[in-house]
Amino acid sequence: MTDLKPITPLGAGAARIHTIGQVTISENPDRSMASLTTRKGKADAVRLVAKTALGLDLPGPGQSTISGDFTAWWTGPDQWMIDADHAQYELLAAHIAQAIGPVASVTEQTDGWCRFDLTGSGSVALLERLCPADVPTMQPGQATRTLLHHLGCFVICSTAGFSVLGPRSSAGSLHHALIEAAHSVA
Amino acid sequence: MSINRLTGGLIDHASPLQFTFDGKTFEGRKGDTLASALLANDVRLMGRSFKYHRPRGVLSAGSEEPNALVELRSGARREPNTRATTVELFDGLTADSQNRLGSLKFDALGVNDVFHRFFAAGFYYKTFMWPKAFWEKLYEPMIRHAAGLGSISLQDDPDVYDKGFLHCDLLVVGAGPAGLAAALTAGRAGARVILAEEDFLLGGRLIADTGTLTDMSGADWVGTAQAELATMDNVRIMPRTTVVGAYDHGVYGAVERISDHLAVPEDGKPRQVFWRIYSKRALVCAGAIERPIAFENNDRPGVMLAGAVRAYANRWAATPAPSVVVFTNNDDGHRTAADLVAKGVSVPTIVDTRDTAPDMQGTEVLAGAQIADTKGRLGVKSVTVKLINGQTRVIPCGAVAVSGGWNPNLGLTCHQRGRPVWSEKILSFVPGGDLPQGQSVAGAANGETSTHSALASGAQGAVDALESIGLTAQAGDLPAAEDRPVSVSPFWYVQGAKRAWVDFQNDVTVKDIKLSHQEGFRSVEHLKRYTTLGMATDQGKTANLTGLAVMAELTGKTIPETGTTIFRPPYTPVAMGALAGRSVGKAFHPTRLTPSHHWAAEQGAEFVEVGNWLRAQYFPRPGETHWRQAVDREVLATRSSVGVCDVTTLGKIDVQGADAAAFLNKIYANGFAKLAVGKVRYGLMLREDGIAYDDGTAARLAEDHFVVTTTTANAVPVYRNMEFARQCLWPDLDVQLISTTEAWAQYAVAGPNARKLLQKIVDPEFDITNDAFPFMACGEITVGGGLRARLFRISFSGELAFEIAVPTRYGDALIRRLMDEGQEFDLTPYGTEALGVMRIEKGHATGAELNGTTTALNLGMGRMVSKKKDCIGNTLSERDGLNTADALALVGLKPKGDGQIMTGSHLMAASGPVDAAHDQGYVTSAAYSPILESSIGLAFVKNGSNRLGETMRAVNPLEGGELLVELVSAHFVDPEGGRLRD
Repeated sequence: MTDLKPITPLGAGAARIHTIGQVTISENPDRSMASLTTRKGKADAVRLVAKTALGLDLPGPGQSTISGDFTAWWTGPDQWMIDADHAQYELLAAHIAQAIGPVASVTEQTDGWCRFDLTGSGSVALLERLCPADVPTMQPGQATRTLLHHLGCFVICSTAGFSVLGPRSSAGSLHHALIEAAHSVA
Repeated sequence: MSINRLTGGLIDHASPLQFTFDGKTFEGRKGDTLASALLANDVRLMGRSFKYHRPRGVLSAGSEEPNALVELRSGARREPNTRATTVELFDGLTADSQNRLGSLKFDALGVNDVFHRFFAAGFYYKTFMWPKAFWEKLYEPMIRHAAGLGSISLQDDPDVYDKGFLHCDLLVVGAGPAGLAAALTAGRAGARVILAEEDFLLGGRLIADTGTLTDMSGADWVGTAQAELATMDNVRIMPRTTVVGAYDHGVYGAVERISDHLAVPEDGKPRQVFWRIYSKRALVCAGAIERPIAFENNDRPGVMLAGAVRAYANRWAATPAPSVVVFTNNDDGHRTAADLVAKGVSVPTIVDTRDTAPDMQGTEVLAGAQIADTKGRLGVKSVTVKLINGQTRVIPCGAVAVSGGWNPNLGLTCHQRGRPVWSEKILSFVPGGDLPQGQSVAGAANGETSTHSALASGAQGAVDALESIGLTAQAGDLPAAEDRPVSVSPFWYVQGAKRAWVDFQNDVTVKDIKLSHQEGFRSVEHLKRYTTLGMATDQGKTANLTGLAVMAELTGKTIPETGTTIFRPPYTPVAMGALAGRSVGKAFHPTRLTPSHHWAAEQGAEFVEVGNWLRAQYFPRPGETHWRQAVDREVLATRSSVGVCDVTTLGKIDVQGADAAAFLNKIYANGFAKLAVGKVRYGLMLREDGIAYDDGTAARLAEDHFVVTTTTANAVPVYRNMEFARQCLWPDLDVQLISTTEAWAQYAVAGPNARKLLQKIVDPEFDITNDAFPFMACGEITVGGGLRARLFRISFSGELAFEIAVPTRYGDALIRRLMDEGQEFDLTPYGTEALGVMRIEKGHATGAELNGTTTALNLGMGRMVSKKKDCIGNTLSERDGLNTADALALVGLKPKGDGQIMTGSHLMAASGPVDAAHDQGYVTSAAYSPILESSIGLAFVKNGSNRLGETMRAVNPLEGGELLVELVSAHFVDPEGGRLRD
């Protein structure tokens, strides 16, 4: 176990949480992420082995699924992002690559992203101020790629609320935009 | 309160509001606009005209207002050219009239009106010709000062603005009878509806007129409809929201004024939101705008549109004067007279241009008569009426309510160049066939002028629009409402009038249009440019049709033959702040921070913007007074011991798949197929046209796994190009790509002690000695007790160097650990400046050399372009023109003696002319080398590689100066590369 201490995307030791009006914005550094892309012509094999080896249902466009420890969402043709609890799966990419085998390419994505979870009744109004996706109609189990404050982000809808994932190096800018929008709709 | 405040209306008589106009305090009522409150206070004079500085009052009761423009608020919030008719009154509001010199009542520039003969349309094209130089310096500033509108505060806008995004099945623009009927119809059918209304109250003419809907007043019916809509989750009612533009694919722009009715926005709240509305269908129910009739001195304060006078009386309980003469060519003018009389306002006379004007009980109707002139310096005191028998009569009055008929509000229907078509029924243009995709029109905006027809067409419009997207709706029962036929006669202006205003905002008269015709500017577009008719903030909403009618008469053509004018977005003026949204100041674009940013900031680093990244430029130490001192120190420390630099910003692309090597072999100009696992290779990418594009490295982590690095600037374009190549050029290859730029924190550790330092950090089971981990090796290792990491033996500085990468969350800890462990080696952090100095000393190219015009041959890397394989750009790199004997080649430069080489200088022979014809090359990079204790540079010189030792002049004609320089090898430091391999 390394003695090097991680910091969150916002640069602190602990995640930042703000409640403004009817929405709570929580920095969430506790997820591991890996991309999963099928090798040429291996889409069926990947779906099968994902199901048998990991219990993972790989969703279609615009969808996300939760299967056991893993959440997967569609990111492109034959391409998904998978996330899991960081404490349990710090080596998520290696774990998935091992389980799926040579029919897929798996790449560690954990620290490529920052993640902010939005909860509360103000979440939809907040996102309406920031991204062109049709957020009010999103249902738990839906995920989309969209732009927030010029940044390419994922917006994922779950029963808990929404999660916004953006490029980690711009975590401060994305967080600032979320906070401003929260005040706007408070 | 003034005699001009009536009873009733939709204002709250129990809620007084204080406001000031030109410093004088007045009292209005909640529900007033600034215009209605001023009228109620007997203020008719609200501004001065654009060119002649004539006294002007309010003309309309809506956003089409050309005259009553004021500077609203004060200080940094001052907003010029605000239409008093759309300003919702609030307590403490301050407004000032604009475009005056002195007071509003005694405007010194009113002298312009006395000399109006010299200020006819186009006067400045003819008058201010000589001397030529005076135009820019004297005449134009003078004219601009004298003519014009309000002035801006010149301070930063203290308010914030949001952007936002909405989606709907049906966007209903306007909440008058048609819009409300449409929203109810679509809402009841379960469709997602947005109902946007620019006013702060819904209802449109229903709350301005007195008719009933079945057994309810218009206002009551609107209240019922609004209450029903408010219960529907699928309907979003947006008052104070102006739809300003119709764009492609059903996208509309709309400005919602969140806080404009407040003195100051609430904490954290935006002043306005600029919404982008994605609609499947849009129904424009934007109503109609009344047009004036032009007659002599028809611009005096108190001369107003009849429908507006009626609206002020009915909705705002205000009248411009106790006595109002009506001038009309249609039946609607008579409605105004009837409503005013019902409100207790005196209407001495209705002047109707039609010989067959209808009678009105209790009010004199002068059929076949016209208003020949008005009197009153700062407001109408009387009108001179020319009777049907040719006699004239003077009638005292305080206002004139003019109705020339109603023009459909075409704005949004024209935004994609849709041409309206002429309707003989209403003597106006109605929306034509070429509407924006998914748009339809209902109500008065479509020429349906009665309340009944507006309701019916709105409901049916919603049914039809929804049906076209597969939704079923029922028009339902509509309330009974008036269904009067249109009765209007063509009457545009009073013959013989000299100064009869057509466009109030631009001071364009009938005479100006005649002059335009006389001088040959007869097409509509020429008329507009010559006279400025239809320009400025109101886009000629009340003027365009009358202007066309006058021109049609002069040319002997019909109005539709004469032409149409169409409208561009925005429908009404939009604050620049609303267009900018939150992208202002430091939030103009997102900022990217490196993993070591917080640590570097603690060290007092100076940062530099590199794209969106902030990178440490140098790390000044106490006592250093100039950036060069820090940079020189960082270079010397690195070359003598060890330095560390955050290089995370370089693009990283993960390339996997059975054909990954074959793919890279096509992407790079040099070969990659045979790169061994555990090795890195420098790679050069070309554009399709053979010009050098980007350089970097590719590390082979496994047979089917590479990590490609790109320059910081090209991280995104290279990834995009590779993705294009993968999907489109070679879709049969088994290769997968994903960016990992941000996932790994990467540091360059360079200098003779680099290995010794890293050996303290890399876990002991990994051997990084020169034998085990030689130059250009790479591998997956662990550091700091088991943390996964990647190590690359690559060097940009020319020293023994490594790049080490860890997951980004550990980047902060790693730089701190390196600094701690590096104390014994005097480890020195270095920034982009020292990085640049060292790469110039080493002769490494960057974007300054890969500048979009240079080839591999120019860069001295011609032999890297493999002839044995196909790759992007190799064919066109063989073009004759790129391979001449005297092609530019990269060389080093040293000054002869003292002197500083300047980037951008051009190289000329040591003697001879200095001009473009004798240009032999240019300097791409320059720096002071603390190792050589001299200025050095890199340059492209014709046939340069064969001219080392030659003396040339580096000339800088832009800033002056020239310098004798010697052409030398570009590799100033360690040309054999021994240090890299130590």
